[in-house]
Amino acid sequence: MSRHRMKTVSYDDDFEDDDGYDSPDPEEQEFLEQCTKDVLGQLRSGEPSVTATRDEVQEALWHYYNDVEKSANYLRGKKAKEIQKKQTPATAKPKVLAYPIPSPTTSPQIAHFSASEFFRDSPWLNVPSHRKADILVEPLYPRMGLLGGAPESSGKVSKLAALAAARKKKEGEKPPVEATPAVATPSADKTPETPATEAKPSSLSLRERLAANDKPRKPSNGISTLRSLGKGSPAPSPLLKKPTPEPMKPEAPTEPGLEGPAENGQADHKEKEEPEVNIRAPPSGFASTIVGDSTRPTMTEPSHLHSNTADLIRIYGQDLTEPFDFAGPSPDDVVVNAQSSAKGFKSKQPAAKSAGGKKAQGDLAGGMGDLSVAEKVNVKSKNLDVLSEYKKSNRKKSANFVVIGHVDAGKSTLMGRLLADLKAVDQRTLEKYKREAEKIGKGSFALAWVLDQGTEERARGVTIDIATNKFETENTAFTIVDAPGHRDFVPNMIAGASQADFAVLVIDSSTGKFESGLKGQTKEHALLVRSMGVQKIIVAVNKMDSVQWDKERFDEIEQQVSSFLTTAGFQPKNIAFVPCSGIQGDNITRRSEDPNVSWYTGRTLVDELETSEPYSHALDKPLRMTIADVFRGSVQNPLSISGRIEAGSLQVGDELLTMPSGEKATIRSLEVDADVSDWAVAGQNVVLNLANIDPVHLRSGDVICHSSSSPIKNITSFTTKVLAFEHLMPSMVDIHRGRLHVPGRISKLVATLDKGSGAPVKKKPKIVAPGSVARIVVEVNQGVPLEAPTRVVLRAGGETVAAGLLE
Amino acid sequence: MRLIKNKVELNGSGTVTLCPEEPEDMWHAYNLIRPGDLLRASAIRKVTTTQDTGSTISSRVHLNLEIRVKNLDFDPQSSQLHVGGQIVNETPHTKIGQHHTLDLELNRNFTLEKEIGADGEGVGWDSIAVQMLKDAVDEGGNRRAEAVAVVMQEGIAHICFIGQFQTILKQKVEMSVPRKRMGGSEHDKGMSKFYQTTLDTLLRQLDFNTSITSMTSSEGVRPVLLASPGFVATSFQKHIQTVATNSPGLKRLLPSIVVVHSASGYLHSLSEVLQSPAVKTILADTKYARETKLMDDFLEQLRKETNKATYGPREVESAVDQGAVGRGGGVLIISNRLFRSQDVAERKRWVSLVDRVRDIEGGDVRVLSSDHESGTRLDGLGGIAALCTFPIPDEDFSDEE
Repeated sequence: MSRHRMKTVSYDDDFEDDDGYDSPDPEEQEFLEQCTKDVLGQLRSGEPSVTATRDEVQEALWHYYNDVEKSANYLRGKKAKEIQKKQTPATAKPKVLAYPIPSPTTSPQIAHFSASEFFRDSPWLNVPSHRKADILVEPLYPRMGLLGGAPESSGKVSKLAALAAARKKKEGEKPPVEATPAVATPSADKTPETPATEAKPSSLSLRERLAANDKPRKPSNGISTLRSLGKGSPAPSPLLKKPTPEPMKPEAPTEPGLEGPAENGQADHKEKEEPEVNIRAPPSGFASTIVGDSTRPTMTEPSHLHSNTADLIRIYGQDLTEPFDFAGPSPDDVVVNAQSSAKGFKSKQPAAKSAGGKKAQGDLAGGMGDLSVAEKVNVKSKNLDVLSEYKKSNRKKSANFVVIGHVDAGKSTLMGRLLADLKAVDQRTLEKYKREAEKIGKGSFALAWVLDQGTEERARGVTIDIATNKFETENTAFTIVDAPGHRDFVPNMIAGASQADFAVLVIDSSTGKFESGLKGQTKEHALLVRSMGVQKIIVAVNKMDSVQWDKERFDEIEQQVSSFLTTAGFQPKNIAFVPCSGIQGDNITRRSEDPNVSWYTGRTLVDELETSEPYSHALDKPLRMTIADVFRGSVQNPLSISGRIEAGSLQVGDELLTMPSGEKATIRSLEVDADVSDWAVAGQNVVLNLANIDPVHLRSGDVICHSSSSPIKNITSFTTKVLAFEHLMPSMVDIHRGRLHVPGRISKLVATLDKGSGAPVKKKPKIVAPGSVARIVVEVNQGVPLEAPTRVVLRAGGETVAAGLLE
Repeated sequence: MRLIKNKVELNGSGTVTLCPEEPEDMWHAYNLIRPGDLLRASAIRKVTTTQDTGSTISSRVHLNLEIRVKNLDFDPQSSQLHVGGQIVNETPHTKIGQHHTLDLELNRNFTLEKEIGADGEGVGWDSIAVQMLKDAVDEGGNRRAEAVAVVMQEGIAHICFIGQFQTILKQKVEMSVPRKRMGGSEHDKGMSKFYQTTLDTLLRQLDFNTSITSMTSSEGVRPVLLASPGFVATSFQKHIQTVATNSPGLKRLLPSIVVVHSASGYLHSLSEVLQSPAVKTILADTKYARETKLMDDFLEQLRKETNKATYGPREVESAVDQGAVGRGGGVLIISNRLFRSQDVAERKRWVSLVDRVRDIEGGDVRVLSSDHESGTRLDGLGGIAALCTFPIPDEDFSDEE
């Protein structure tokens, strides 16, 4: 509940009691009339005989729930005191003081009574507008200005208020008996304040506001019904009393000693009861007016209004301690503070302090909780909503592509050229490579050395393992995965292809090489990437310079390769051909200037790469990441793993589960594309620096997942629907999934399936012919982390025998 | 294994006394001894006697115990055979019916008795058992074609001993080798560490004496096959050479190293290793090589889809029934795993099938060792396969299972 609304309510309630008197219930009215008469009669006949106005009586009756006896007693006592007071040389000021302390209820009673007199008709029209204006507006606005700095209303603290706060603080330490006067003063304090807050949001005239206040009168209706209920029972039950805003005041005279504590206790309760305090306010404002009125009946209205103002000021001057004591640590403020910790209530020092204290406590508790999370290395999770963070972050679209092709087709050189031309590699390094390459007589390999970093790779001039590198164009951040072409390293190539969104197939166009490549890894690689879910393929027809950019040669290759690729399952629209030369750099980043190439008008390789569309990844699925590498990152990060997140998201501090070892680890920090980050999502290449795990439990090919949300299971047998590349029969196979490479065996050929419909054609075949689709059961000796739907590749004897999808 | 005494009756019952001489003989014994047989061997038994006063004295006594075999436990890694059963002979220290587990030991005779009961509930010395005995005793004398193979790939190495009848995986070396990274030399470091670990393990398994004095010893070194995809094996060989420069004892090993190609670093790539010409010259006509060849022929037939090759128990039996596994090229390939069946009826089924093919149909029967790579391949096919003399129609055995 906002402060503002509370104020509004309290403002409403100011007038509500007036309303209550006029509640248009004829029965009630009649009954009230009856009771009034009885009370008046009793008063007159009783000893000492006093007179009371009708309204006074009705007021009393209302408070006593129409208990004639009590009302009469109360009124008699009150009148008797008044008579005594009149004889003392009382000014308005002592009156006001007297009203809270010795018989706090006396003056509010009157005030209430007279206030209601004034207000009774105000919402009900028929009242000359000047009356309201004179009485309400004039005194209220000045007060508002005067007390606008009151701590309750947000904004600057007026000097007066500050002083008041200081005193109140001092007084707050005094014994609670002292608190009794609070009843009156807070009311005085709040009277002006309510309009103040009211005034802020709208510039309506008070009258309009009053009229408006009539509308949200629902609470008052409720109260009136309550009252009517209470009317039935002669002895008003405290339960019924409580919800009504008023009962506090009549209660006061009967048990004056209790009033203060009760008041405080109630105020402490919660915001719901808070209105009471405010409700009391307006009558008290008017009360003082009326007190003056009753004590000096001869006074003209303006004059008593003035004196009234003065009274209020004086009240502030003397009793300010109490109001602040009440207003300062008011429980509703505490609640509001706690609820909406957004806005600081500077004006309310103590409240702010208490709220601050609370917060500090909360932090401490949170800190303790965090401490208990990790045992060895404590990594505090920021508990980010990674997905929303990801949406917020405006990263360049990124794409991974794998470079595939037969051995010596020039994959690494082509990519080296691409990186060199895009300035992803500096010139000095390139020249160094060139010198070194020439030294060992492999000058033409200089560009490939950008990616072939291994000593063995350089010495032999062949890529062994995948190499990743990054470059950026205007729109996209690309990650190159350069795969080895040699048949022995197809497992590494599979690891690379599993990280790719699309593929670049490099073909050696020189005589004889293309033909041998097509039989060799050109074909195998293309089939592999397709069966691993790659849709789009760019065919770079390399070494075109060696055939003098012969268009016919290019056309021949294009025709053969495209027919092969379409049978492999690539859609024609997803196949693009680019004639190029890696060693010279034609048609890679720049268009070839060779006159022989004039026939080619298509895109260069980079332009073709740019046409790739962004790839969506399963961000909201449970985390899955295959470890590509386990290494020692640095002294600070003695254990790091790298890989591409396949699904889900992670953040610093997450507890991970590595499978198949089943060990837990904590992310100490992480890097996304070599930049430190707090989180990462599927599709990103990350390096995770881990803590709380022994490196023995981590191997490349293991799967990382969250221990909390659906971790992956280790399985020893799985059914898969495969496309056979070779004859399949129960036999030993190598199972590849990304970096995961485990031995296993085909234990059962369940059925051969129809390619189109997937319906079983032949159950329990003895052998599955190449090119057909079959459902098979594969067993592994040790549990491997695999789950459906995962794409696996089965190899045997150095050849890919099948690729399929787990079921 | 030496045959000490042979008293096999015509009907198949009888006793044989054997002396195992090398670890592989244990494997033969494992194949020969069946549950239900009587085995007599020396044993050490802890005997506890209670005195009249109630105190107990326990002592270890040497006994010759005869047990009726209940179960066998063979540990291929250490070539140890434990045979459990109930004692049938009375001794001063044991009672009939007590249980005992005999540990067969090298160079200690044991006597095996197989009986055929009055109603033929035992299997006795059937043709397979006799054949196995012949294999075990090694009448041909063409033994000792042994080799050590290291099948490796980045981070994984399998060290195995290839014997006549079995391939024993001695040890697996597995290390996490960092992959190549931009500007890092972690990979090279990791690899050389991996090579060193593999070499240490290999030498330990070979019981190789690397001291300088061993240079003069005439002790032969078994051929060591290094197999890997790519360049791992070559690099490992280089590594050994580098180490040998500092440790002259190791030089003795160098000449016996053969580097061959394999498709992967897992054990099932051994078939490729053993098919390679370089290895064939070393392990000329080993049983292993023959078996591997046979399996390849069979798979080739299967691939051709001529229906002249079939596998699986039901299919093969059906083929035999049709007379397809007979003279003129019919070959029954059967894994000796099937004969190790605990179930007597099961064993009888296979033995009768073998006898039938060999004696009645006139086909060839090859019993493959399940502990060899070719046998593992055959086991994958159900342990039994057949090459037929004529194409047999495909039959639907889908009701099976």
